[in-house]
Amino acid sequence: MPLPKPQSNVHVVTLQIDGQDLSAREDETIIEVCREHGIPIPSLCYLDGLSIHGGCRLCLIELEEQNRLLAACSTRVAEGMRILTNTERLQRYRRTIVELLFAERNHVCSVCVSNGHCELQTLAQGCGVNHVHIPYRYQRYQVDSSHEMFRIDHNRCVLCTRCLRVCDEIEGAHTWDLMGRGSDCQVITDLARPWGDSSTCTSCGKCVQVCPTGALVKQGTSAGEMVKDQSFLPILARRRHH
Amino acid sequence: MSRTITIEPVTRIEGHARISLQLADTGEVEDARFHLTQFRGFEKFCEGRPYREMPALTARTCGICPVSHLLASNKACDDLLAVSIPPTAEKLRRVMNLAQLVQSHALSFFHLSSPDLLLGWDADPKSRNIFGVMQQQPELAKDGIRLRQIGQTIIEILGGKKIHPTWVVPGGVSEALSQDKRDAMQAMLPEALEIAKRTYATFKALLPKFKDEASHFGTLPTLFLSLVSETGQLEHCTGVLRVKDAKGRIIEDKVPPRDYRRLIGEAVEDFSYMKFPYYKPMGYPRGIYRVGPLARLNNADSCGTPYADVALAEFRTLQEESGPVASSFHYHYARLVEIIYAIERMQRILKEPDILDTRVRAHARGNRQEGIGVSEAPRGTLMHHYKIDENGLITWVDLIIATGHNNLAMNRSIKQVADAYVDGTQLNEGMLNRVEAVIRCYDPCLSCASHAYGKMPLVIELQDAQGEVIDRLVRD
Repeated sequence: MPLPKPQSNVHVVTLQIDGQDLSAREDETIIEVCREHGIPIPSLCYLDGLSIHGGCRLCLIELEEQNRLLAACSTRVAEGMRILTNTERLQRYRRTIVELLFAERNHVCSVCVSNGHCELQTLAQGCGVNHVHIPYRYQRYQVDSSHEMFRIDHNRCVLCTRCLRVCDEIEGAHTWDLMGRGSDCQVITDLARPWGDSSTCTSCGKCVQVCPTGALVKQGTSAGEMVKDQSFLPILARRRHH
Repeated sequence: MSRTITIEPVTRIEGHARISLQLADTGEVEDARFHLTQFRGFEKFCEGRPYREMPALTARTCGICPVSHLLASNKACDDLLAVSIPPTAEKLRRVMNLAQLVQSHALSFFHLSSPDLLLGWDADPKSRNIFGVMQQQPELAKDGIRLRQIGQTIIEILGGKKIHPTWVVPGGVSEALSQDKRDAMQAMLPEALEIAKRTYATFKALLPKFKDEASHFGTLPTLFLSLVSETGQLEHCTGVLRVKDAKGRIIEDKVPPRDYRRLIGEAVEDFSYMKFPYYKPMGYPRGIYRVGPLARLNNADSCGTPYADVALAEFRTLQEESGPVASSFHYHYARLVEIIYAIERMQRILKEPDILDTRVRAHARGNRQEGIGVSEAPRGTLMHHYKIDENGLITWVDLIIATGHNNLAMNRSIKQVADAYVDGTQLNEGMLNRVEAVIRCYDPCLSCASHAYGKMPLVIELQDAQGEVIDRLVRD
């Protein structure tokens, strides 16, 4: 879903989130309204300034009038919506999603350069994931350290595609893409060439800064030293749209 | 009819192991073996990882001495970067390593070995543990717990946490020392020194009781390997390798750690997951050597701090003839001397004017494809050796852990103790405990994160040649 362009004449709708009466522009998504009002909704693939991917499913919400769950990042608000963001069912689903992410690849926080500054780690703590009840796959993924400044560790990638989107939409290089399906899916640079051999990468580092985990990191960092700064993104995104 | 006695698991050590004693028809011990029964695989699964992850990864080898691995690993990484780290960083690393030495030696002496020394080898195993010591000698037990706490608190002050800090990084340390932190560390050290001196005096007074054990607990004619400083003093962080022979003659000196492979070969045996390092010029198994506190004190010309040097002089009198102190029983003594040294050395370093300097890290990228880091862990010389590809990913790892160096000596020591104390016709608890106790002298770190003191079940069996159990002793 592309970023909505700001419109001049939009209607305002009224809705309820967790029993709180709110109003919002009709072109806003549920997650945007939640963030504006400080209502916590977990997410991994959603990032303010990038197009909507809707892949991680962590921002699922419930509507009181229907059983179906909706992704808050890709659902626009509507008049009279009564949204629940933190039911027992949602908490259970979110825990399971996070556990699946941990089970799928090899996220070992204690030795990770992003330890203490990782969105997945924070999410897991927030969702109450203290054990992974799903069998680990222990599949070995490669580390591509061929780039002079950056490194990608596919073991720690959650396939949120933030790197793809920021590279395409903000930097305009489209170095990153996806390859493979299911659990074999992985992000690639150019046509699956080593990152260091990429002819399109501008070495801007935006992909590293938006990566929520320790998958994309700066070279030369040791355990716990990779702190990311995403404050540039909304500013650049606004400038791109104007 | 030959028989086998199995002691499994060995208690009050770090990790999991088994001892087997082969008895001849006459009941005499024919052979004795120390089996490491757990498998870790660090050298293999580190392959493919970025070298900068190695300090944090390999530190997970151990929950008791993660600082030692952190240090050796970072030294190997420094070698890959081909940098000299800032002098202040080296001093700060040294303080953390000495704090580690204090807490680990305290654990070994007070928590794991003092029950044997204070309560007796034949005491009821139900109370032959740190809790038994607390009941009978509460002040000494409190001292032990406090000393360990001080060591760990210093690690926490420097590294942010007691276990597995990541503050030591390739090129130095990640954060300079603040004055508040320096003051907090300095405030604890006088108390630590008093405890160390008090314990040393207590142990010295007890020593005459253990003449028999001292002569049978691994009194072996072996070589000794350790780091010493460039001037031959006791050293745990930097320096060069020295080897002395069983008569105390220096046979290798000023060997740069990068050349360790000239000195050390590694053999394997099918009965243990632990490697059997040996002194290469003498071959396997003749090249048996020991590392750790005993070796360090035997190899060093002096400690370089006042109280420790007095204690070192007294330590040297343990050997009646000239030459090194040969009994592994005196690892306990050496540990106490090293605790005193470590505290005095920390006090001295923390007083140095540049200790608060903010330049504590050298930045570089991989400039070599092979890096070697050697430091002295509490249990002995620790070696990390890495090879990386052109992108900085690990292609090969060799870790020679302190306990591994002592493997041959531990096996020989068990045999010696078993010869002296094991009566093959009837088993008893005191005999069994002495066989274990000689292993505790070495303070082996096997897993190294698992601990048990007298609570793990222990089974000792006497089997005939057909494997039939003819006697069995169980400790719950």
